Amino acid sequence: MAAASTGSTVLAAEGFFPRLRLAPRSAIPGFGLGFGITLAWLSLLVLIPLAALVARPWELGVAGVLGVVTEPRVMAALRLSFGAALLAAAIDLPGGLLTAWVITRYRFPGRRLLDGMVDLPFALPTAVAGIALTALYAPNGWLGALVEPLGLKLAFGPAGIVIALAFVGLPFIVRTVEPVLRDLSPAAEEAAATLGATRLQTVTRVVLPQLAPALLTGFALAFARAVGEYGSVIFIAGNMPMVSEIAPLLITVRLEQFDYAGAAAIGLAMLVIAFLLLSLLGLLHRHIRWARL
Amino acid sequence: MSAATEDPPWLRRLLILAVVGLLGLFLLLPLVAVFTEALRRGWAVALAALADPDALSAIRLTLLVAAIAVPVNTLGGIAAAWCIAKYDFPGRRLLTVLVELPFAVSPVISGLVWVLLFGAQGLFGPWLQRHGIGIIFALPGLVLATIFVTFPFVARTLVPLMQAQGREEEEAAATLGASGWQVFRRVTLPNIRWALLSGVLLCNARAMGEFGAVSVVSGHVRGETNTMPLHVEILYNEYQFAGAFAVAALLALLALVTLGAKALLERLGGRRMGGAL
Amino acid sequence: MSGMAEAPGSILVAGVTRRFGPGVAALDRVDLAIAPGEFVALLGPSGSGKTTLLRILAGLEFADAGTVAIGGRDMAGVPARERNIGFVFQSYALFRHMRVADNVAFGLRVRPRRLRPPAAEIRERVAQLLALVQLPELADRWPEQLSGGQRQRVALARALATEPRLLLLDEPFGALDARVRKDLRHWLRRLHDRLGITTVFVTHDQDEAMELSDRIAVMRAGRIVQCAPPAELLARPADAFVAGFLGEAMSLPCQVQDGLAAIEGFEPVPVAVPPGPAIAVLRPHELGVQRPPPGEAANGTIRTLRSQGAALRLGLEVGGLALEAEVPESGDFIRGEAVRVTIRTLRHVFPQLEAGSEAGRPPPGPGCRLDRDPVAGTCGAAGQRAPA
Repeated sequence: MAAASTGSTVLAAEGFFPRLRLAPRSAIPGFGLGFGITLAWLSLLVLIPLAALVARPWELGVAGVLGVVTEPRVMAALRLSFGAALLAAAIDLPGGLLTAWVITRYRFPGRRLLDGMVDLPFALPTAVAGIALTALYAPNGWLGALVEPLGLKLAFGPAGIVIALAFVGLPFIVRTVEPVLRDLSPAAEEAAATLGATRLQTVTRVVLPQLAPALLTGFALAFARAVGEYGSVIFIAGNMPMVSEIAPLLITVRLEQFDYAGAAAIGLAMLVIAFLLLSLLGLLHRHIRWARL
Repeated sequence: MSAATEDPPWLRRLLILAVVGLLGLFLLLPLVAVFTEALRRGWAVALAALADPDALSAIRLTLLVAAIAVPVNTLGGIAAAWCIAKYDFPGRRLLTVLVELPFAVSPVISGLVWVLLFGAQGLFGPWLQRHGIGIIFALPGLVLATIFVTFPFVARTLVPLMQAQGREEEEAAATLGASGWQVFRRVTLPNIRWALLSGVLLCNARAMGEFGAVSVVSGHVRGETNTMPLHVEILYNEYQFAGAFAVAALLALLALVTLGAKALLERLGGRRMGGAL
Repeated sequence: MSGMAEAPGSILVAGVTRRFGPGVAALDRVDLAIAPGEFVALLGPSGSGKTTLLRILAGLEFADAGTVAIGGRDMAGVPARERNIGFVFQSYALFRHMRVADNVAFGLRVRPRRLRPPAAEIRERVAQLLALVQLPELADRWPEQLSGGQRQRVALARALATEPRLLLLDEPFGALDARVRKDLRHWLRRLHDRLGITTVFVTHDQDEAMELSDRIAVMRAGRIVQCAPPAELLARPADAFVAGFLGEAMSLPCQVQDGLAAIEGFEPVPVAVPPGPAIAVLRPHELGVQRPPPGEAANGTIRTLRSQGAALRLGLEVGGLALEAEVPESGDFIRGEAVRVTIRTLRHVFPQLEAGSEAGRPPPGPGCRLDRDPVAGTCGAAGQRAPA
């Protein structure tokens, strides 16, 4: 106890590292091998490459990195990538909630098929989705031709990017909300009904608040996926600098110019911004949960 | 479900219709478009596009890349899920987060990191060049990028299931004298087989369909470093729409088969493990 | 050391401590000695450390300090798979993807090739075991098709298949309904008497412990408070906790002075306890209830009445305390009646200990001692640890 005040950090380090190196005591044999494989797999194939990404930009110096990131074209691309991703995830929220509701609450012929359809954007290769969406929403496509007379242009512009991102993001909302909705106890809804609440009041005051954390998680997942999305976007985007050029595309442009550090700087900026936004969503998530206790 | 928690029939019908419309228009129509466009100029043209030597080589390369990347991630994923679900050790939560990390990274960045290591001006680039070893713009690069992108699939499918199943069966096996391998082979593996297969299928679908990451490391050399999705892009950019959509249709079929198999496996798994979960 | 400690089924636990994280210890310097062939219950409320102790015996959990010896051999560094112990989990932990017969055969099939019995012998052994647990017709069923009681017996058969020297059961009847529980209890005891295998089981149900075991180790907050045969525990509980935990009991605070215990609402009762605050443990049948004789005042009121065949259960209020009394049916009382409540016998009065203090604890009951083994002479021997 006496040593605690004088050398607490040293003690903590001594206590910590030997335990890290030692295998946990467990009755189930085989930790060593499993952990060895895991560590090799993880560090060689993910951690070391990511370390290269984190390290590379700084050969430009801090000012150089900031210079790259604040270039108007890069700023425009980052703004577009994050803005379109947020917008797409927001658009997905009501659609995803509605879909989850119908799939879990109603029994009707074709329900399973509808359920399976939700996973299409997960399974469809992004390049395939990209050219298909382009074919549909182009001015001469099935859907694009419908709105063309109204003067609306869907493909080859920011609108097309949002459409593609909403497409890849939808399943994330449905699949996170669905299990929560299914496990929701009907007793709470019944109680609300016996207390004289209308159906609408029951849904908005009893059901939705319980879904809020899942909706937020789904939103975060859809957003995270959309920010980095490439394949389904570049065909429909039009890729005009300053207007409809997404950040991942800029990375490939830099790479083609052999500007590795610049490419890495943009990549790192994307990761950092995404991390900050997701942390913010995480805080909000915690706040919702906490507020309900 | 009681009357109190049931929506009126007219509302139900309206909502179902809305969702059918939404999913049909937004998710299904693109799929329909792929097949329609592929067959717009007839089966003969579509099949010819697939029989083209460059297309065939792209198919071969895609299969080869997946054949290497998927087993690597399966082995690693099983090992990681086993450690995370069956043991307590400092850093377990960190490991869980790190394994999922590649999902949070843009596919383009997943390709970029390998270029930074092995590209011409990458960390090991000059050394590789002196020794005449090609990684970027060659098969190893495609494999590495694919592994990075599909990294979490297997572990992610297994961890929740293995955690839900607990450790008692493994402990029981240990008290009965089973070795580590026996515990895994005879107790753990049979309990997770359907989920494992499902994870492998998803991993494979993504490996074969990946575009962004491989596009960065491929170099787009026809007949050599072009995978199927990259081949789709090349044909599309050359305005060979029928050919592009024909190859895309093949990829879409793979996606449909994967979805069907996954649904089947979930039913198998659900029935088998229903009591325990 | 005598032969007892080296006998195949003996257990010797000395100073075993286990902490989960900083703060409270799940087990705190536990000592326990079990003779071969004994049937011992670890009894205590949840969180008292009984399951942790059982898992440490099995090698499923590990002690931070102290030693465990089984059959005279120190178990430090011996993994669970080499201990040859049959363990029955509370949830049974049957292998859900194996049929009943394969579950039972598992322990034999995973043996190294040179020790593994031939397939025909394994089959025969499985059949014998299933007959032993009276489930011969269920060999081809899946675990999910069995009832709780059947699963329990399959788990037992599986644990017995490797001919363990020790059988450990964690809350073996916890997940069963009352009726099945009673049947299985008797059956398990008979099985034990027939096989003679050293058996330790964990329970929080005192009836179960009383009925089944040769000795009961009563646990509380990571310690064995007393370890003795059931009758002895009832007759001579080591402290207020044991007295209150076993049987139906009411714990009343009291003050001892000049050899008399003063309990609020009652006449002082003579006791042989040093002066100071104390706890009196009363059982319902130790209270007497009468109509107050003329000239004497009533000291209690009847709040509830319940007939129990030959006896009458009275819920009483005495001096602000709610008490239960059991009196002969003849009483003819009515609810709300003012009565005179007396303490007929006061067997258990314990000096109240300051929180955290170990001083003044009574020495362990004589039942803890395995006579020929000096090391095993303690069993939760709080009394031997004098405060510094």
